[in-house]
Amino acid sequence: MLFALFVTFFKVGLFTFGGGYAMLPVIQKEVVERKGWLTAEEFIDSIAITNSLPGALAINCATFVGGKKAGFWGAFCASLGAVIPSFVVILCVAFSFKTLQKSSWVQHVFAGIRPAVAVLILMAVAKLSRPVGLRWANLGIALFVLIAVLCGIHPVLVLSLSGAAGFFIFRNRNPQERA
Amino acid sequence: MLYQLFIGFLGIGAFSFGGGYAVLYLIHEEIVERLAWITTQDFIDLVAIAEITPGPIAVNASTFVGHKVAGFPGACVGTAGFLLVPFCVTLVAFFYFEKFKALDSVKAILQGIRPAVIGLIAAAFLKVARVSFTDLKSVLIGVTIGIAIYKFDIHPILAIFLAGGMGVLLCG
Repeated sequence: MLFALFVTFFKVGLFTFGGGYAMLPVIQKEVVERKGWLTAEEFIDSIAITNSLPGALAINCATFVGGKKAGFWGAFCASLGAVIPSFVVILCVAFSFKTLQKSSWVQHVFAGIRPAVAVLILMAVAKLSRPVGLRWANLGIALFVLIAVLCGIHPVLVLSLSGAAGFFIFRNRNPQERA
Repeated sequence: MLYQLFIGFLGIGAFSFGGGYAVLYLIHEEIVERLAWITTQDFIDLVAIAEITPGPIAVNASTFVGHKVAGFPGACVGTAGFLLVPFCVTLVAFFYFEKFKALDSVKAILQGIRPAVIGLIAAAFLKVARVSFTDLKSVLIGVTIGIAIYKFDIHPILAIFLAGGMGVLLCG
């Protein structure tokens, strides 16, 4: 079982580029459809939980599924399997990066890529804003964070403040929404 | 140095809510601005590399920075540091699954953090944009890629290859 967990999440780690949500369909196919380790509902629940925790979504998902199937060591093997492919690939890139950077050709390539990275980050703002929803409280928090970090306040402090704000703003609203 | 790497990425891991791009600002703040282990340019190249290689961006970043600062042991320590807190928290959440789901206060806190993460990503965009858009050429590439993603929904990996190609064409 431990080995199966390791191999399955090794595959997931190897074939998911870009991380995050790109990994979910792959995990779903492996874990729910092929192995039957989780039902579709359990999978959705596990996403909801791991999504609200710190860390990379795919790795957390591996920890969660591994823990469910085989306790602590299951969680450990599944997470390790998910991490190793990206670890090895990045090591190889890092080794050759210094040499590559010296070639003027590669410099041109990266000069072209840099604005694209900025655009990708901007798109992430747009994409993630949709599910959060346009409400005054949300807009206020997002703007506050943007201004605060640009003024040099540490992001960890800002995140903690936002969590506290959420606690006071949303705690009393939630029960009515559910009813 | 290894100890510093471990602690640095431990902190980043502990506050990496919202995954992927949300972590970028935190990494930039710690690794580029406070510790000055890599430059903003290196940082942007790293994001591009992370995007076209398998695995979550944050894990890729911790491996890459760790290696740059202290070789192979650095890569191991950085990656392990990043993963430790999320791993423990996920395990705990798993064992208290039902209780955790029902906690209204946890839900409310997360509702506050979600829009905050979006603000953080917007801040990361501004930091990266300042270094990325240096001349007319880079603006041209950025606008083209933006339209391609927005209109035709092209995959990020394709976007990066396209942009790299344009970089060579426009410079050569």
